[in-house]
Amino acid sequence: MNVPTEAYVALSGVLFAIGAAGVLVRRSAIMVFLNVELMLNAANLAIVAYARHWAGFDALAGLSGQTVVFIVLAVAAAEVAVGLAILVAIFRDRASSDVDGLAEVRL
Amino acid sequence: MNGTWSDPLAWAALAPLLALAGALLNGLFGRRLPEPVPGVVAVLAVAAAFLVSLVGFFALLGRDGGLALTLWSFLPVAGLDVSVGVVVDALSATFMLVITGVGLLIHVYSIDYMRDDEENARYFALLNLFVAAMLVLVLADSLVLLFVGWEGVGVCSYLLIGFWFRRKANADAGRKAFIVNRIGDAGFVLASFLTAATFGSLTISEVNAQAGTFAYGAAALTTIGLLFLVAATGKSAQFPLHVWLPDAMAGPTPVSALIHAATMVTAGVYLIARLSPLYAQAPEASAVVAWVGVLTALIAALAAMAQTDIKRILAFSTISQLGFMFVAIGVGAYAAAVFHVFTHAFFKALLFLAAGSVIHALHGEQDVRRMGGLGRRMRLTGTSALIGTLAISGVPLLSGFFSKEAILGGTWNSTLVEDYGSRVLFVLLLGTAGLTAFYMFRWYHRVFAGPSRLTKDAAAKLHESSPLMTLPLLLLAAFAAFAGFLGLPAFAFPNWFKAWLAPALAQVSTLHPPLWVEWLLVLASIVVAGAGLAAGWWIYERGKGALAAKAGGGALGRFAEGGLGFDAAYRAAAIGPAEGVAAGLAVADRDLLDRGIAAGVTTSSWIGRAVAAWQSGYVRLYALAMFLGLAAVAVVAAVVGGRP
Repeated sequence: MNVPTEAYVALSGVLFAIGAAGVLVRRSAIMVFLNVELMLNAANLAIVAYARHWAGFDALAGLSGQTVVFIVLAVAAAEVAVGLAILVAIFRDRASSDVDGLAEVRL
Repeated sequence: MNGTWSDPLAWAALAPLLALAGALLNGLFGRRLPEPVPGVVAVLAVAAAFLVSLVGFFALLGRDGGLALTLWSFLPVAGLDVSVGVVVDALSATFMLVITGVGLLIHVYSIDYMRDDEENARYFALLNLFVAAMLVLVLADSLVLLFVGWEGVGVCSYLLIGFWFRRKANADAGRKAFIVNRIGDAGFVLASFLTAATFGSLTISEVNAQAGTFAYGAAALTTIGLLFLVAATGKSAQFPLHVWLPDAMAGPTPVSALIHAATMVTAGVYLIARLSPLYAQAPEASAVVAWVGVLTALIAALAAMAQTDIKRILAFSTISQLGFMFVAIGVGAYAAAVFHVFTHAFFKALLFLAAGSVIHALHGEQDVRRMGGLGRRMRLTGTSALIGTLAISGVPLLSGFFSKEAILGGTWNSTLVEDYGSRVLFVLLLGTAGLTAFYMFRWYHRVFAGPSRLTKDAAAKLHESSPLMTLPLLLLAAFAAFAGFLGLPAFAFPNWFKAWLAPALAQVSTLHPPLWVEWLLVLASIVVAGAGLAAGWWIYERGKGALAAKAGGGALGRFAEGGLGFDAAYRAAAIGPAEGVAAGLAVADRDLLDRGIAAGVTTSSWIGRAVAAWQSGYVRLYALAMFLGLAAVAVVAAVVGGRP
């Protein structure tokens, strides 16, 4: 069965929209974080889909798409490490992970 | 005449430093010193300066020329070497002796006069600083250094006029003196520029030496002479810049005696005398000097007749006597001018100190209408004031007679301004001499003679001043009486003063009328002085002042009392418009600039507030903004097309 590239891209767009909506509506920092991850992986999905699509025409294009995805995965891992550390620090400070409670930085 | 520091004459050049040391000591530590110490320090500093001046004087007696020392080169540039140097010659030594000698007596007098003033350390510091600056002025061999002294005495004058600055009138008087003097100083600076351009030097001895090589009446010399005259009219309170001196009486009376009578105001005379070789080559400029002098002498004498303040009478008298000196210096009788500076320093300082003694005894009363008969209760003050009055009136054998006679004779016999009305000058000056005798008789009579018009309270407290104040009075009275014998009429007697000054001044040829004419001139000045005194006696002693009250009560009297309308004219012509412009600018500043800037501030802070509302601190709102922005970019890309 050959799934067409359009389906992958559509799924990627749906996943990205779900992630974005989640970032906007969820107040728990953990959930916001998970939704950010969802958006990242939606983007990854789109990239590998395009990579597969172009691989039939140009082998180098397919490889470079997969390489980009690895880089994104590595960066996401690092970001998670830092982000979770910040979350832990915030939680220790105020025993809550509600992002709306972090509104001190304003006029 | 270049010399070295080993020369005893050079000691005299240290005088300003000695006075400056006193000023520094009192200025820095005087507040912490107990009561009489600041005064004693100041007196010692001036006494030391007087001693080295005496050393210089005696060293100078034995030789012809003076001594010029170049201290350092201030501004060596191409074509002009401004070096700072001092010159000790007969002219500067004479002025030094007057400054430190009369200054010493006035310092001594000040110890008791200022005893009750809590800020007398500041007073003595300024007085010493003044002496230092004045000595720099007369010792300078360079116009630049002379200007340093010139401005130094101006600053001290300003600070001492406004010494009691908590009263606004005193501070205003200081400001007036300062501003009027600025006009003269502008003349000095312009004259210096022109001197540098014309002679390529600012060293006075070089300028004087070169002036002789110019054509008689050369335009450059005339212009320089006129500009230096502007400078001199400012400092020496000559028409039309004389208006500051009467107001300068707001300062303590010893200051009036030292700065505004004996020394600083003669700086203009000194300046022109120092540049006499230049003026001797510029007859037009000299004629203007003489005419300015005679106008000033006449105007001030008329104003002096109507004053009611014991010090203002003397202030106008000082202006008038300075006018005499300017006439002398204009007609080329340089030695006579310096001689009048010399004698005037004694009798005018004496008169001011006597006035101070009266004011001190009456606890601040200065209106002569509430005095009278004081000579009977203050014998020493009254007697010395009488000597001073007779000396300035020109009573024969007293000092003022000889110096005034020298000026009148010099005017009659002048060749320098012969074509510019020297005989008219003589007549006007002779008339002014008569007025001098008249108003000085009035001054003496109103204060020291006649019936007492004191309030009962003042009469009860009246006392003769302390010995520290009367001793300087008596010494000055002795000089005022006898100093004239140094300069006997030159046509018939040996004139030591003229011979002594001869190496330092330009020699201008004079007319030599027959001897009987010369004697007639002497007789004329005696008659005029006698007539002035007699008129004063007739009106104030015999007529009880009734005639004067009738004449002085009208508009004419008020006109004369207001200084012949000069203050009003300046107010209308210069001060009023300037204040109008200032008021207009103040409105522009307040209503345009300030309000405009305030409106700008309000607007930008309002914008800032509006923009700051976006920064809510809610992370999710920021994220929403990001997504909306992203969506907008996506829409634009979709509509416009993502590729070129």
